[in-house]
Formats: sequence, C-alpha cells, structure tokens
Amino acid sequence: MGMTIAEKIIAAAAGKETCKAGDIETVTLDKLMSNDGTTHLTIDMYNNLKNPHIADPEKLVWIVDHNIPSDSPKTAASHKKMRDFAREHGITFYEGEGVCHQIMMENQVRPGELIFGADSHTCAYGALGAFGTGVGCTDYLYAMVTGTSWLLVPETIRFNLHGNLKKGVYARDLILTIIGKISANGANYKAMEFAGDGLKNLSIADRISICNLCVEAGAKTALMEVDGVALSYLEEHGRIPKAIYKSDDDAVFSEVFDINLSEIEPIVAKPHFVDNVVPVSECEGVKIDEAFLGSCNNGRIEDLRVGAEVIKGKHVADKVRFLVVPASRAVYKQALKEGLLDIFMEAGAMVMNPNCSVCWGACQGVIGEGETLISTGTRNFKGRAGHKDSFVYLASAATVTASAIKGYITSTDNL
Amino acid sequence: MGHTLVEKIIGNKVGHEVKPGDIVTVDVDWCMIDDIMVPFAVQKFEEMGFKEVAKPDSVVLIYDHFLPATQVDDSRHFRAGDEFAEKYGITRVHRTDGICHQLMTEAGYVKPGDISFGTDSHTVTYGCVGAFATGIGYTEMAGILGTGQLWIKVPETIRIEIDGTLPGNVTSKDIILKIIGDLTAAGATYQAIEFAGSTVDAMSVASRMTMSNMSVEAGAKCGLFAPDEKTCDYCKIPYDDSIKALTPDGDASYSKILRYRAEDFVPVCACPSLVDNIKPVSDLKGTKVNQVFLGSCTNGRLEDLRAAATILKGKHVAPYVNMIVTPASRKIYREALADGTLEILSDAGAIITTPGCGLCCGRGGGILTDDEVVVATNNRNFLGRMGTSKVKIFLASPVTAAATAIAGEIVEG
Amino acid sequence: MSRIWKLGNDIDTDIILPTEYLAFETVTEMKPYAFSPLRPELASSIQPGDMIVAGNNFGCGSSREQAPEVVKALGISCIVAKSFARIFFRNAINNGLLLIEQPDLYDEVNEGEEAEVIPGKEIIVNGKSYPIASLPDNLTEILEAGGLVKAMRKRNGLD
Repeated sequence: MGMTIAEKIIAAAAGKETCKAGDIETVTLDKLMSNDGTTHLTIDMYNNLKNPHIADPEKLVWIVDHNIPSDSPKTAASHKKMRDFAREHGITFYEGEGVCHQIMMENQVRPGELIFGADSHTCAYGALGAFGTGVGCTDYLYAMVTGTSWLLVPETIRFNLHGNLKKGVYARDLILTIIGKISANGANYKAMEFAGDGLKNLSIADRISICNLCVEAGAKTALMEVDGVALSYLEEHGRIPKAIYKSDDDAVFSEVFDINLSEIEPIVAKPHFVDNVVPVSECEGVKIDEAFLGSCNNGRIEDLRVGAEVIKGKHVADKVRFLVVPASRAVYKQALKEGLLDIFMEAGAMVMNPNCSVCWGACQGVIGEGETLISTGTRNFKGRAGHKDSFVYLASAATVTASAIKGYITSTDNL
Repeated sequence: MGHTLVEKIIGNKVGHEVKPGDIVTVDVDWCMIDDIMVPFAVQKFEEMGFKEVAKPDSVVLIYDHFLPATQVDDSRHFRAGDEFAEKYGITRVHRTDGICHQLMTEAGYVKPGDISFGTDSHTVTYGCVGAFATGIGYTEMAGILGTGQLWIKVPETIRIEIDGTLPGNVTSKDIILKIIGDLTAAGATYQAIEFAGSTVDAMSVASRMTMSNMSVEAGAKCGLFAPDEKTCDYCKIPYDDSIKALTPDGDASYSKILRYRAEDFVPVCACPSLVDNIKPVSDLKGTKVNQVFLGSCTNGRLEDLRAAATILKGKHVAPYVNMIVTPASRKIYREALADGTLEILSDAGAIITTPGCGLCCGRGGGILTDDEVVVATNNRNFLGRMGTSKVKIFLASPVTAAATAIAGEIVEG
Repeated sequence: MSRIWKLGNDIDTDIILPTEYLAFETVTEMKPYAFSPLRPELASSIQPGDMIVAGNNFGCGSSREQAPEVVKALGISCIVAKSFARIFFRNAINNGLLLIEQPDLYDEVNEGEEAEVIPGKEIIVNGKSYPIASLPDNLTEILEAGGLVKAMRKRNGLD
C-alpha cells in the first residue's frame, strides 16, 4: 500500500521501510528548534534532571525572537539563561535576527527532515517538504536529551490546488479560506498536504504562509511536494535536500479537497477565532487603531513589496499606528535595498527590528482596552495582542495596508 | 552692567532688564507634553477648572516613551492625548515621529530666544538653539495650558569656555560628561549653563544638543548656546540682527567660569550609578559588556549613527553581545537609510528599532537583568533605570559605544 | 513629632518611582513601589507623619511629578535635605509637600529618631535646634493654598 509524504518521513526517521497512519513510531529528530517563549522553562527542567545530557548539541537551534529587544527584567533574565546555556553547550544561537521560523527556513530546514519546534507554527517547514511540528517543553526536553521521540503517524488530508490566484488575492486569503472551510479543529492530529498543478504558481513565501497557518486548523504538520521552486530556494540558500518525497498514487488520504485558486477571494478572519472568516466587504468600515504587517506568516520580502506598493505615495491614517516588521534581518536588508523601508517610513509607518512583535502580543505595539488591530499575524484569539477587551482581525498584507491608510478595514479596491 | 544669555532671553520676553534672583512671569512660546505625562496634565488641567487652553497653537503633544507600546495600559495615554487635542483644538500631535526633544527643534517649533517648558527634564535640550527651555511637572504644565504663563526665577549663570581642537575619538558627549563630573550632579542647581569658545563654535547643532540635553544632569535649569549661522540654518531662519543680539555681553556677571582646552579631553564614561561618576575609558578597559545602546535624545542623531557606522563598517558586533540602535526621529531614520548608515549597522549585526525613547526610559528597547553590563549613549545611569538595580550602566559617546560593541568590552574608539 | 527615615545623597527620581510604575492610573497604585530600587521595604514601613532626611541633590533627574506625589501619598510630612534638585523642588511645592533645606541635620541625626518641625523657624532633634529659612512669598502662597491645583481653582473662581 502506498504512503503519504508524512508517512514516508516518519518511516525514514524511525529507520523503517514503511509505516501507516495510526502507528506509533519512535523517531530520530533531525533538528530541534526552540525560542525565547519557553526555552528558559526547558532549561529549568533540564537542570533538574539527574544526569543532564544533550544527545546531539548540533541538532539544537535556539532563537531569541519573541521579546527582542527585551521589555522587562523578567524577559531579560530568560534571555540571559538561554544565551548562557547556548554558549556553554555550543548550541546554534540566533538573537535579534528575526522570527524563528523564518530563520529556520533561511538557514536550516531541508526537505525530508523531521523537526520539532517548541512553537506551534513549526508546521511552516512543510513549505520545503520537511515535517515540522510544534511540541511543548517536556517533549522538547526528552528529544533534546535522547535525540528521539515518539510520534503517532498522522492521517493526511490532501489539498489539490489548481490554477492561479487572482490579482489582489494572496496565499494568506487561500489558507484562511481553507481554515474557515474545515474549521479550527478540522485537521486535528492530521497532516495537511498540498499538491496539484496550482502549487507551481505559489512562491516559497506563499507556501510558508500556507503551511505556517495549518496549525490554526489543528494540523500536526503541513507538507508540500518539493518542486523546482523549492529546490532553487534551497540552492540559493546553500543547502541540499535530505530526501525528497511525494505521496504515492495509492496513498490513503482521510479526505481530499480540490481547490481552484481562481475562486479564492480576499477575506478577513474576525475576532476571536482564525476560522471566523468572511469576505473583506463584510468588515468594511470597522475602525482600527493599529495595523501590523509582519510575522512568520506574512513578514517576508514579498509581503513587504505588496504593502509598499499599496502605500507608496499615500499616508497612514492620522491616529493609526502601522507596524511594519520584517521577518528577518535578510528581509530587512533586502527591503532596505529595494527602498521599501523608506516608502513605509515616509508614509508614517513604524518600521521595527525583525521579531515577532505584536503577533505575540508583548514587547511591541501592545493594544489597549477596546482597541482594534488588523494584522497579518497568525492568531486573533481574545487578548492575544494586548488587553483582554481588544479585537484582532487577520487579513492579507494588501488588506492590512489599505486599512492602515484609511483608518478602517477596507480592501485595496477602495483606495 | 552686561547680561548673560539667559538674562537677555528672559529680559527680551518680559520687556525689561532682569537680574539673577528676580522672579518674573513669562509668556510661554512652547509647551511640550510627552505621552507619559499627558493623562496627568489633562487631569490637573480639568481639576483646575479651566474651560479652554490659552494658546492651543503653542502646545505640542508627542508620543515617544511608550512607542512601541509594551504594556496594555500604554495606549490609554495616546487616547488621552488625542481626546484632549480634539477637545481643545490642539493640532500639533506627533504620534510616531520620534523623541520629543528631537522633534521640538527638528520639526521647526522652537527658535532662538523662545521660552519653552516641557513635562520632561531633558527639555533643556532646546538650549542648543539659544532658547530658554526647562522641564516642569504636569501640574505646572496644566497651569500654563490654562494661563499661557509661568513664573520663573532668573537664574545665575555658569559660563563654560572650551577652546581648541578635540582629539579624533572625543565627542561633545565626552565633554559634557567631563563637565558634569567636575561640576557634580548638583553643581549647577537653579543655575543656567552657558557654553562658549572656539570648540563650541566649530560644533554642529547636533553636537551642541547633546551638551544642552545633559546640562540637567548637573542640576542646571537650562544649558544655552548663543545662536550662530549654523543655528539659523538648522532652524531655517535668517541670521539677522535680532539673532546676533542673542549673545552674552562681555561684561556679564557669572557665578562661575570654567575654562577647558579641547586637546585635554579624553573619551570618558559615567560609571554606575551616578552621572557624575566620570572615569576615562582607558581606566575601564576590559570591562565585559552584554549590551550596547546607541540612541536617545542625547545621542540618537544622524551624526551619532554615522560615527558608529564608521567604526562598525566591515566589522561585527561581538558574539553574544546585543547592539541596539534607536534613531531619535523618523527624519533621522530616513536620512540614515538614504546614506547607507543603517545598512552598515545592520550588516554589523545591530538591532535597529523604530524611533522613540527606547531603552533610555526603561520601558522596553532592551531591558537588562542582574549583573548585566550595558554601555549606553543616553543621559542617565540611575539605579534600576534599565532593568533591575543590579544592572550596571556606563554612559558613553557613540564612538566609545561602537568600539565597545565590536570588542565586547569597554574600549576607546 | 515625626519619625526620621534617612536616605543618602543624589536620591534620584528613578529611585523615588521607577519608570515601570509611572503609568499607573492613580498614585495609590504607585505607592508600594516608591524607593523600591534602593529600599524595597521602605514604602510599607513609612507611617503618615514621618519625615525624610537626606543629603545633597534630593530628587535629581526626571521631571516626573509622580515622585513628589507618591512621597506625599505615603504620608511624609516633609523632606529635609542639604539641597534639592530644581524640578523636584517646584513639583513638591505645587503638590503641597513641604521641603526644607538644612545643611547640618543630615550629618547629625539617625534613622528612627524623632524630630519636631516648626516651619520657617527650626527643627528640633534630641533637644538640639537646627535653624531653617522661610520660603519666598510666591511659594508660600502656593503651599498655603494647598498646592497649585487649588491655587488655580481659586483663580478660576471655583473654591
């Protein structure tokens, strides 16, 4: 019987020929990513072990991205703990270089790898055909100490993409539409696999954006077929694949969706759930206090180009704070070279250092009581961006920028 | 009997000669209220029972301490400012443009000879263009909002003359730190400082700003430079007789005159945790640092960023050291983008933040924890200012800061 | 009689109230954090009517008026120091908090001792009298009105 991409990666990581959905396998991890959201807790647990030991320090990648620059003595203490530990144990360490998942895509992830990240959006790595999944500190610690973990082999939902997105519609509209369709737990424990003739029309940035958000449908991981687009990205970044997998023709999927990309429309996810999606027009006129263009979901150069094109020659609305946060130093420098940062600054936006920013709800751009944020971030949960009585709408870079200009939610059609 | 610069500025404003010790009521040209103090000033204004703001066009609201907001209640301050501005017809509101003290002259408000008050102690910065400017509390600000006036006691003046050419690695920051060390943190309390001499004449307005800005750290009421052609270029005004008249008289009377030779200055740091605890950088060599901060109303200007970029070009910040760069204003950020300065700093590994007060005001921008050491270009190293009370803060010039970032320990640039 | 709390030279406004707590809506919320970088226990130990005795340059630094407001809210009856920073001085008077400059007291008294303050005349500690000056008239007016807000309310015909 045929296997899915997820099954093939897990089988290889378990040292087996085959495995199937529902099996529980012991796997060897290729990489272990952790960020400043929780690493200090992992270190505390590690230090309480009887015989602390790291199986393979070279597999560990630690990234300070959530609260950088630090906003409190408590945060600073967590960073210090992480920095000192990384230094002592020779762990690959990035601080202030950008959002962890973007750093991983630019520098670490290879097709065919199995990666644990102590962050839910680790599923982004599927854009390069790697099995990335988010875990808690305890799972992380076990993997760090033993180099292995156990996994329940997930069922796979297959999405066959066809055609091309219309102008003014983005990958983010696509994945939010999918989440709206299958609901916030529609892919619980499952892998979401993307293939089809439409895939070639999606850039790596689009693919990351899609895979990254799959956890918002409950998915354990997201995976895409590795094609020429993925391989040339990899080559540009000086890496080679570990292995390239495709699902077999007779692989078993729990569900198959065929999606015509040309039918996708610009949408908005309303408070307080990611699957609460409606066409932008339904939210037209909702007054905003802050807009955010950035995050591991939508802070890449392609997204900044979209925003800059929309805002060039225009200005941010009077009382709106428009945060523009490149996802990494590489993105920041590219945007600088292309003149995008100056377009944003001239328009009255606040260009920030690469980091998680208000997507994470601390450190930068925290919103107050009764305030509304429109965001390209990953989540719109109640209180996520600040005060418990505040509101977050999720939308594409284009819609967020258009809204920042107008001061209320609107699409680029109305500029 | 001649007059010092501050006596002339106040005398011009009240229309008669004044002498130190006189208590006079002045019409206020500019009121600056920053985001921290807005809600409190508004509350006091309303408690006082005023129905309108006396001179709405003289009021500038600037949001800078809480940008980007790090706490859920921060935006309450923005809303309070916006509501107040709308209710009383205040149109000059800067919401995301940079640090208040940079904007008050950069955006074209304060001119030579003006009298300004601000709800922040570093309001003294505007002395760089020959304006009387000083910090007050929010209650007094509320009083000015209502009446357009405030009483002041005409201060005595300490004159500081600096002549000659500075060594290459010495900046105006080193000068003002050395002066504060000599005067002590209370040495100029209630008094005006007047800076003069060929070294000062040769300085850019930006360099003068650094010195005016920190004069409050010696307790001074204001720190003044007589306006010259450079001042007028900066302020975009003609260098005419009214400006030329804003010069201290040769026979003015001073409480103290300090004279320095520029060649004698060396790079210095203010050591923990007092601004007047000054030591030569060479005495501190080898002190390991965890972070370097380049920014603030003291040293976040284009020439400061450029000075750092010159040193950092082609090099990299030391491993496990963070260098945080916070340009003082949106204009400076854009200029530093345009001339390649930010690219050099980013290539060197610096973390470049959005313009604002950043780390200097201790609410974000790189807060530290116990036993960490930071070299910073801002104006205060008080206990607990950038994190816990066990953080060690060394204040230094952008040159020293940049060299230190590369070395990972305090060194001369 | 007032119990003395003794602090040193250059007690700055970040010590009196760190920036972290400046944006609390009310002074009551700020109170527990007064002097916390230097003496975290002090705010809860101070009783209404107590006084602070300090060295040079008390209140140096920021113009944050939360500093004198929080000291007054703790119930401190007056601060006696060798000297005060300028902005703090004005802010204190504007909030009706009595400040007294006295050159010798700081060097001769201990924390916990009791003092009697007779404004404009003298301070008596351990039977010894320390002379003090009176304030200029314009400041006395503000103090007597109970602070600048009350003085302005009177001006605006409200009280």
